[in-house]
Amino acid sequence: MSEPILPPIGMLAELTHRCPLQCPYCSNPLELLKANRELDTQTWLDLFSQAADLGVLQVHLSGGEPTLRRDLEQLIAGLSARGVYTNLITAGINIAERRIEAFVQAGLDHLQLSFQGARQATTDRMGNHSGSHEKKLETARRARAAGLPLTINAPIYRHNIEEVPEFIDLALSLGAERLEIANVQYAGWALANRNALMPERAAVDRQMEIVAAAQERLAGIINIDFVPPDYFAVYPKPCMGGWARDAFMVTPDGTVLPCHAAQTIPSLRFERFGPNSLAEIWTDSAALNAFRGTKWMQEPCRSCERRELDWGGCRCQAMTIAGDAAATDPVCIKSPIHARMAMLSGETGRTAKPASADEAFIHRQIGIMTERA
Amino acid sequence: MMALRERALVSLQSVPSLPKHVRIQYDAVRQAFAVLSPEKIFWPNEISLDILRRCDGQSTVDHIIADLASDYEADRKEVAADVIAFLQEWSDKLLVRL
Repeated sequence: MSEPILPPIGMLAELTHRCPLQCPYCSNPLELLKANRELDTQTWLDLFSQAADLGVLQVHLSGGEPTLRRDLEQLIAGLSARGVYTNLITAGINIAERRIEAFVQAGLDHLQLSFQGARQATTDRMGNHSGSHEKKLETARRARAAGLPLTINAPIYRHNIEEVPEFIDLALSLGAERLEIANVQYAGWALANRNALMPERAAVDRQMEIVAAAQERLAGIINIDFVPPDYFAVYPKPCMGGWARDAFMVTPDGTVLPCHAAQTIPSLRFERFGPNSLAEIWTDSAALNAFRGTKWMQEPCRSCERRELDWGGCRCQAMTIAGDAAATDPVCIKSPIHARMAMLSGETGRTAKPASADEAFIHRQIGIMTERA
Repeated sequence: MMALRERALVSLQSVPSLPKHVRIQYDAVRQAFAVLSPEKIFWPNEISLDILRRCDGQSTVDHIIADLASDYEADRKEVAADVIAFLQEWSDKLLVRL
């Protein structure tokens, strides 16, 4: 590796895989970790402290459902004491009375709340949790009352893509500063449910128009960030800003990964925090170094003028679809198998079905897929 | 119920401040000032930083312009145009409150 290793700036901490919802689009791995595999409070605090020393400025506390960790206040306080910007990513279900205020007291900077639909029926059905929509609305109100800035996260798939205008109204009515309209990334449970979740091309096009118009109309009122759907794209996204370039994530048992799905690449072994310091993992991990920078690239990436814009795209998607983690992300129009994306998105294969068609999902649940030993 | 929020426009009488979800922080690792916000981190240049530091919820835009013009010994009109454009851009991204 002759390219310099940058200090990491952002960290996603998956504190737990436990979750009250069972969303079929979840980016967690199919082999979910049980509570007894989670790092304890002190280990998370040590990890956060080492992260701050290394240069991490922002930590996203996620899961599973991070509020299921009873020590979340302590973890927030530890980060806050180091001046790290904290963002809590929550489903907003069953958060005990006064707890949001306790997070604020501990120094929480921002809360991101997911809605599976803009309509009650969609949210409750996708999370397989009756009453969840109403609980989320209540969490949003409590967050605003506690003075927390709010982002509404709207994961988009076939069953709610027509609700995008309602998501915008919902975010405005809840007083959110930011709305994230994020088309689902097909990894983890979302990959297992890809056929059911994949929207139609016409709906994707309509969505893009609606979002672009809203971004313009609502400038200065609400920030709308848009994550476009990979399978309908021409160029890949710079996944995580480039493999282990300036961000990383940590699983509930302390495994340090460049992204959610990296463990699906069978040739790579990722280290756990604890036996190794974070600094050692960040600089020395063979798995993190495997796809850093541009040296690993093959053609057409190697000589592509976009190679430092998208860093070759997503390695896991290359693995899943091209069968080679070092291949060009097939999302890219320059990929020799780009046409496969159209096939997988159903453009040529699947017959049109109404969005309300009740397709079978595998709902996310701990233990229904075998846990890794 | 829809919140009746409107886009804020910068005027000389505006009193800009940084909203709660935005903060300026010195980063010892990179030896630079960072602006931290929910999803993004910005690395403002010296002049941007000087504007942002004056967004204290007390000074008017008019006052900020006068102050900067004197500090930089620059033409007030030019400073005014730059400051107003900068603040409008940051307000539109909800990074500055007017």
